Amino acid sequence: MTPGWRLAHVLRAPSLAMDFTAREWTELFAVARAEQMAGTLAHRLNGLALPAAVQRLVDDAIASAGQVRLAALWEAEMARRALAPLGMPVVLLKGTAFAAAGLSPSVGRNIGDLDILVPRDRIGEAEAALLAAGWEWVKPDPYDDAYYRRWMHELPPLIHRERDRMIDVHHTILPLTARITPDAEALLAASEPLGNGLSILSRPDRLLHAAAHLLADGDLAGGMRNLWDIHCMFASGASSGLTERARRHGLIREMARAARLSHALYGTEVPPEWQGLGVIDRLYLRRLTARDGWGRQTRKLTRLGFYARSHWLRMPPLMLARHLWTKYRKGYRPVG
Amino acid sequence: MRHATRLAIGPAAFRIGSDWRAPIAALDDLYRDYPKPEVPDFNVHLFAARPWRKFLRPAVHIGGDYTIPDAAPLPLAQGLLAAEMGMNLQMALAQRRFLLLHASAVERGGRAVLMTGISGAGKSTLAALLMARGWRLMGDEFVLIDPATGLAHGFPRLISLKNQAIAVVRAALPDARFGPLLPGTPKGDIRHLVPDARAIAAMAAPAEPALLLFPRFGFDAAERPVPPSEAFVRLTQASTNYVHLAERGFDALTRLVRTVPARAIDYPDTESGIALVEALA
Repeated sequence: MTPGWRLAHVLRAPSLAMDFTAREWTELFAVARAEQMAGTLAHRLNGLALPAAVQRLVDDAIASAGQVRLAALWEAEMARRALAPLGMPVVLLKGTAFAAAGLSPSVGRNIGDLDILVPRDRIGEAEAALLAAGWEWVKPDPYDDAYYRRWMHELPPLIHRERDRMIDVHHTILPLTARITPDAEALLAASEPLGNGLSILSRPDRLLHAAAHLLADGDLAGGMRNLWDIHCMFASGASSGLTERARRHGLIREMARAARLSHALYGTEVPPEWQGLGVIDRLYLRRLTARDGWGRQTRKLTRLGFYARSHWLRMPPLMLARHLWTKYRKGYRPVG
Repeated sequence: MRHATRLAIGPAAFRIGSDWRAPIAALDDLYRDYPKPEVPDFNVHLFAARPWRKFLRPAVHIGGDYTIPDAAPLPLAQGLLAAEMGMNLQMALAQRRFLLLHASAVERGGRAVLMTGISGAGKSTLAALLMARGWRLMGDEFVLIDPATGLAHGFPRLISLKNQAIAVVRAALPDARFGPLLPGTPKGDIRHLVPDARAIAAMAAPAEPALLLFPRFGFDAAERPVPPSEAFVRLTQASTNYVHLAERGFDALTRLVRTVPARAIDYPDTESGIALVEALA
């Protein structure tokens, strides 16, 4: 079994780790850290009879994740204060949303940037309010800036000058240039208020956003964690009304694949029609678990394929060619 | 990775992997008396960015569980330094159990003297010379403050001596074990000194912080008390994880500066530096 798969198996059934050798423990944590899942793993293992050195790693990872959660919630509160005078809906997305609502994917989860969704016709106001409250642009290049504003589903990233934390302000959940166009107004209309002026997406929309993020955007880097989010949401019974909602956003294929992958990797209970695995699905699993015992990425060709695919998904071929040419002339090279 | 070793320094355990044998052989030699942990806290990777760079103008990139983007690689001849930097990097980026202070420390009678300052202030040199005079070396790079107890834990890695300090310490410790001379590193010439047997044997034993020193090398001998407020601000700058520890970090640091006297000392040469430290401690 490869180290990536071993992490998936332990997350699924932690007691499997009970007869691990020192080397297997070492590799387990190396892969979990690389996948930003050390806190999640630690919470899964905690309470079992662990070797002392492993218990130390578990305690540290749990404490660390607790601090990450606190800082993420504080960041959400800072954004809330900056945006409250505008009276517009502000929807938390991904990690911060899970944490703010106490949902199961948030247990031990690492949270990086703050992601929020606001109405597209008011995004300029949101940006101005954030700039006034101390966030700053980090993309000095005019082409990069224009790229975000014309084609992406979010503003260019902003970083707060004192707290050094990034905020991504979205107006929808996939790039405008992508082939799939989720219904952003429906996302906002169905969002659920948290009671403090902030909201989170509705139950099915949370799942669909996770599936879209994993499978219709990006190259699956960090995919084990995104798929774990999906696993947790399925496990808490989020699948009622899902199919209709997926159809509305144009995400039915992504939803089905996310379910199949989650079932295969984490043993998620999903409806029978989402349990088989196709040839392409196996390629996805190969990409998701591409880590060696040091946590380093392996399977370079598979990864390169998914990297190319991420661009293909993002924009039509001619536009892509123009974009890559511009980036190439500016000296940008993809990292291998 | 092709070559690997494990070692524990104070309360932190590492697994170091390398595409080349030389850095691992150097670690195994110089750290031969250190414990070998079963399950490490951190992994360090020393790797070639492209396969052919293992052989052709080999450049050692430093990575691990936690990395910073765009860290400059080192030539293979400085592989030992790369390994040390890799371990320091894991501690600086991810140590969350202790408040990490960029400081050297020595201990006598259960009382620890912490010395912090900018690079070139003489932290490592003073610590090595005090070790030569019978103090227990706790470390020349990091001191770890336990937020639960307020005690200082040591991190007695190899002592990193730079430039003129190399000859000074060799003269004071003629029988000590030294690593190879590494000329032309980003910080000039570097030579590593293996801490003495006592420092290694007692590396897990914490000590009560008794004195905080802010030394400066190259000035006329002088000494002044440092108020807790100033010590606090200077130590927040000397800590890599103060912000991440949040309330625990604040509590640990305020407790430290409130309970431990602090002095700024200037010294023109190592002899007067040692005399100043021993007079205050």
